[in-house]
Amino acid sequence: MPILSLITFLPIVGVFFILSMDSKRSELIRVTALLVSIVVFFISLPLYFTFDAHTYEMQFVEKLQWIPSFGVHYHVGIDGISLFLILLTTFITPISILASWHITKNVKEYMVAMLVLETGMVGVFISLDVFLFYVFWELMLIPMYLLIGIWGGPRRIYAAVKFFIYTMAGSVFMLLAIIALYFLNHRATGEYTFNLLEFYRLDLSFAVQFWLFLAFAFAFAIKVPMFPFHTWLPDAHVEAPTAGSVILAGVLLKMGTYGFVRFCLPLFPEASHTFIPVISWMAIVGIIYGGLVSMVQDDLKKLVAYSSVSHLGFVMLGIFAFNIQGIEGGITQMINHGLSTGALFLIVGMLYERRHTRMIADFGGLTKQLPVFATFFLIVTLSSIGLPGLNGFVGEFLILVGTFKSRILYASIATSGIILAAVYMLWMFQRVMFQEITHEENKTLKDINKREFAILIPIMLTIFWIGIYPNSFLRKMDASVNHLLKQVGEKANVASRVHKPKKSGQLQKNVIPKIDIVPECRTEW
Amino acid sequence: MTNISMMTFNILSILPILILAGFGMIVLLLDVLTSRRLGEKNLLAYVSLTGIVIAAIFARNPTGTTLFSFNETFTIDNYSLFFNFIFLLSTGLTILISHSYIKREEINYGEYYALLLFSTIGMMLMAAGADLLNIYVGLEVMSISIYILTGFKRSKLVSNEASLKYFLLGAFATGFLLYGISVIYGSTGTINLKQIAGFIAGKGGISDPLLLMGMGLIIIGLGFKVASVPFHAWVPDVYEGAPTAITAFMSVGPKAAAFAAFLRIFMTAFGSAHYEWQKIIFILAVLTMTVGNIVAIAQTNIKRMLAYSSIAHAGYLLIALVAANDMGVSGTLFYILAYTFMNIGAFAIVIVLSHKGDEFIQINDYAGLGFKHPLLAIAMTLFMLSMAGVPPMAGFVGKFYIFSAAIKSGYVGLAVIGVVNSVISVYYYLRITVIMYMRESNREFTPLTISPLIVAAIVISVFGTLQLGIFPSKIMEIAHQATFLLK
Repeated sequence: MPILSLITFLPIVGVFFILSMDSKRSELIRVTALLVSIVVFFISLPLYFTFDAHTYEMQFVEKLQWIPSFGVHYHVGIDGISLFLILLTTFITPISILASWHITKNVKEYMVAMLVLETGMVGVFISLDVFLFYVFWELMLIPMYLLIGIWGGPRRIYAAVKFFIYTMAGSVFMLLAIIALYFLNHRATGEYTFNLLEFYRLDLSFAVQFWLFLAFAFAFAIKVPMFPFHTWLPDAHVEAPTAGSVILAGVLLKMGTYGFVRFCLPLFPEASHTFIPVISWMAIVGIIYGGLVSMVQDDLKKLVAYSSVSHLGFVMLGIFAFNIQGIEGGITQMINHGLSTGALFLIVGMLYERRHTRMIADFGGLTKQLPVFATFFLIVTLSSIGLPGLNGFVGEFLILVGTFKSRILYASIATSGIILAAVYMLWMFQRVMFQEITHEENKTLKDINKREFAILIPIMLTIFWIGIYPNSFLRKMDASVNHLLKQVGEKANVASRVHKPKKSGQLQKNVIPKIDIVPECRTEW
Repeated sequence: MTNISMMTFNILSILPILILAGFGMIVLLLDVLTSRRLGEKNLLAYVSLTGIVIAAIFARNPTGTTLFSFNETFTIDNYSLFFNFIFLLSTGLTILISHSYIKREEINYGEYYALLLFSTIGMMLMAAGADLLNIYVGLEVMSISIYILTGFKRSKLVSNEASLKYFLLGAFATGFLLYGISVIYGSTGTINLKQIAGFIAGKGGISDPLLLMGMGLIIIGLGFKVASVPFHAWVPDVYEGAPTAITAFMSVGPKAAAFAAFLRIFMTAFGSAHYEWQKIIFILAVLTMTVGNIVAIAQTNIKRMLAYSSIAHAGYLLIALVAANDMGVSGTLFYILAYTFMNIGAFAIVIVLSHKGDEFIQINDYAGLGFKHPLLAIAMTLFMLSMAGVPPMAGFVGKFYIFSAAIKSGYVGLAVIGVVNSVISVYYYLRITVIMYMRESNREFTPLTISPLIVAAIVISVFGTLQLGIFPSKIMEIAHQATFLLK
């Protein structure tokens, strides 16, 4: 059964159903969208159970010709790295749709955007053809842009356009790099193809790796977002509707980190080694900066948004530790961040629905009125901080172990980020939930209803599951991550034998290499 | 050129042109025979469309090899056939979107359709011309028809101004072109493209300054017609002043024809001397893209915005010319076809949304369209995203094609400038969707002038934009075959 295609395109089928419905029947539209996304989730579950953890080979592969004259295929498949990101996507989408029940403006268009978004997101994670990857990568921009721009807050247009243009600016350079890889591959093998697995076998010179790494990394760094490229994120998060924020934090940001793991590391191993200091320092600055800025926010959503910058910094640090702990920690942390930050945005959204404000100062003492809500909130807060026994701990711990093994300095600085996280999260929790009730309006708030309960419970279960028994996740990715490290290591060694960088792991100064894509097929005119 | 003979006359080669000419005459005759009542003019649109379809049926080459005709001044190869298809398509779509528009604007005269057909003949001559003079004649036939069409709203001052401006500047440009042709003739002794190529190859490059000058003059002449910067000054005013349907036509058909001539002259005649002209076209391409995109950002009138956007698209097409490889040629063909769909589609929606006398063509008039007329808004969004180069639309594949051609020839820098430009362009294309979906409406949208013909045009355009974006391989194959015979 073409299970991956089914997951990817079933939401589109749902879109056609919804399009055929009368836009006045919002309840029917909501239920249909929810059902479709739940069905997609259940179809995606067998991926986990039938996934063979003993091999790094791509599984559930489907390959069809798409544009033969360019050598483009519809080529999809997953390994231990993408498996959980797909599950995360199919898991987050129904939750986000359920969390959008209060949307009353243009429900039909909203649900269409959500489902198209799901197609785009899953497509990004399953593509093994780089052209296909790029198509999905851009495709998912459009619905997200509409979600922010139509259903967002007061500055939604600014945020939406900024989001779109930032991402587009990064990805066009990636497009050029993809085209360059295509011709380089043709020069090496004589075959025109966009097959990623073929590209993995390329032996690129350091100069080419350097520039192509930069082009790819630029696209991914904006998406992650890494420190100097992060400014679109707070805007997008604050203005997006709750579900938009959840998906943005839960899945979209992961595309950047996933891109690094899937493309930058294995394709350009030597350049990746060279860029370790640059990327690591950017990550560390992000961790500290994100933490410090979170601390002083008076808007809950902004606080959570900046905390994402910090958390994603950890992920990047782990990936660029170049060892099994670091990378597995990084991947685990992607999932964790998706769950806990997603849940935080949901919780902020619930508060906003009740009080129509997100200012920390407007709350205080809510525990007395909302005991059940407070419990959930506390669990999520602690998960985000990284309390042992909850999911966040596993990822951060592995990342720090990995980083410590490779570079003690980075690990020691980054650890302070965890302390910062505890500071801003707990302080926020204290100001919102504890202390005396200072606002009259807060005395009449209702505790969480059934729908909200249904939204949060699955996330809570997963948070505990990963925290208590992470091995059920980690063992699925072992083979793939080991293979990735082997790829990175071997190719880097081959390359360094040829080029001998003066000091491995350091950016060679004064030697900005020139790319040499010689005009190769100039035809006679 | 001493003995002009008609020895190699081949009726097949000019059959589509003859058909179009015939139908043009029929339209003129019918116009005289029918009275000026509106209902009967409908007939003229249908007659013209029939002519287009019949011409399209005969615009093929059964022999499979290159057909030469008229003493090797005229040729039918896959390249010209592909362009013929583009011309017929753009004229056909223009007739579809004109039908209700010219009624609304009260310029429902029969000459309108006849002139459209005649200008199509000019374009076909340009794409098929195997010598410089034939290309020139085609260019004039096309241009003169369009000068008239531009001023067709004769009671409107802007339309007159546009027409006069276009005519005067166009006359200058063709002067340059003709001067270039005569200089080249003086230098090489021939106006046949193949023979010029042979002459240059014999000399081992362009050493004669006279020839170089001729080449430069041709670049100016054709640069004007493709609206490349710095020969673009006429574009915004002319596009704004012309009847909207003609603006749509102008931004596609004549531009495609000029590119057809551009490519054929420079790939065939000056092909072996490409190092000489690549630098010039490089600069033109960079200027054209950048100026077009940056100025487009500041526009508030949608016709002017699309005018500048069409300048920017000419810039992308010039990248393909700089690349000077077979991918560049097939990329150009593909891109122009994609552009035909998305641009005429966008203009069709502009026509639907505007009122008599070109009311409501400010971009801000589109506020709130997204939820009042969701289908129109979705179509417009598709066209805008396609022009911005977002997958899975045709414009993305076209840009991908062209940038690939540039990288293949080693012009990585040019490709980088190209993609930076397409990011800039995202801003103003996106603004249309922002206004449609994210602003509250400030006007009544009803009643709109939606006729079945214009709906057909929009549906065809949407279909083309998606088809070329999602399943482009068929057209790519055909475009690729069209490049062989240029070598």
